[in-house]
Amino acid sequence: MSAVLRVPTVLRPAMGGATVIAVEGSTVGEVLFKLTTTYPAVKGQLLNDDGTLHRFLNVYVNDDDVRYLGGVDALIANDDEITLLPAVAGGLW
Amino acid sequence: MTRYASVLDLIGNTPVVDVSALSPKPGVTILAKLEGRNPAGSVKDRVALSMVDAAERNGRLIPGQDGQTLLEPSSGNTGIALAMVCRLRGYHLKVVLPTNVSPERRQLLVAFGAEIIDSPGNEGSNGAVRLAQSLSTDHPEWIFLYQYANPANPLVHYTTTGPEILADVPEITHFVAGLGTSGTLMGVGRYLKEQRPGIQIWAVEPPSGETVDGLRNLDDGYVPPIFSDNDGEKLLDRRVIIRPRESIEWTRRLTEVGLFSGLSAGAVVAGAAKCAASIEDGQSATIVALIADDGWKYLSTGAWSDDLDEVVERAKATIYF
Repeated sequence: MSAVLRVPTVLRPAMGGATVIAVEGSTVGEVLFKLTTTYPAVKGQLLNDDGTLHRFLNVYVNDDDVRYLGGVDALIANDDEITLLPAVAGGLW
Repeated sequence: MTRYASVLDLIGNTPVVDVSALSPKPGVTILAKLEGRNPAGSVKDRVALSMVDAAERNGRLIPGQDGQTLLEPSSGNTGIALAMVCRLRGYHLKVVLPTNVSPERRQLLVAFGAEIIDSPGNEGSNGAVRLAQSLSTDHPEWIFLYQYANPANPLVHYTTTGPEILADVPEITHFVAGLGTSGTLMGVGRYLKEQRPGIQIWAVEPPSGETVDGLRNLDDGYVPPIFSDNDGEKLLDRRVIIRPRESIEWTRRLTEVGLFSGLSAGAVVAGAAKCAASIEDGQSATIVALIADDGWKYLSTGAWSDDLDEVVERAKATIYF
């Protein structure tokens, strides 16, 4: 499946400076693993050694948090938009 | 009319109003709980009073004693609510506030006598939290209530907001609210799931981490302790991002049903509409959306009057959620 991935500011230096890139993969885990091979500098920033999501990384498919859609096993369809965001303090109220 | 002894007695028991005219699906009811009706104008009145009461009960604060100072990171509403409570209880409040909040928030803090300590706007609330933590270490004599980790935050929603919702809307099937400190979702969510195990809890958030550029790497990230302490990942059923354009569009749409609400309310109702759209055709559902505050503090953003594209650009650089 081919999808687009939005890169947050914090990861851009490690991923060639791009804000949006094209990615391939049938699951979230597969997409993230491929990113760590293409951009070795993000290794350890996306996935833990056991393949689970980094604690401070939130991944959204079409703006839905994948932790509630199966985590790294969440499926990716063609033309999906994947957004990576660092977990930051909300509490903006 | 009921007569109250103190403004603090006006906190809570907020009304619920039917806004199903905005529902994208026939048969799916959307109800808005109006937390802007609290006396200092937001849902955070509950949290501020709860944290101060708890500190007085456990002896961290001594009522009536001079010279007691509280410290809190806030992008607005918690600070404003605490400032009001502190003014009534005789405490001095220092609020660590990112520079890029709306000017109305800053003015309200001043109105209630709080002292403002600026934190860098480009670091968002993360920066405010970090600075407050560091100031707290340097000044152990200041009382640091720390809404992100204070159990009195979710507790007040467990004991008041949740029961109010169930009493007014016993047929509730879904609850939707904004995810900030996570206090509302943890407290209300836990209460509602205990009472109605099948209920769905949806969290709505802005894409905050997209613009925060004060992070060196992901390990600088932050998950509120109360989210972890309450097993937030298991408690929530869905967590969705609503982007600034959609938030503002829905803030405008709320005026169609007569509601002049804050920009986070637009995001929450957009989330409620997404939730309604996910209900199968022919099924009924009742969604309660928590409206954190009214629109007054956001007039300077031009959200209702200016060109949408311009407002969206402005909103990206402003903390509004």
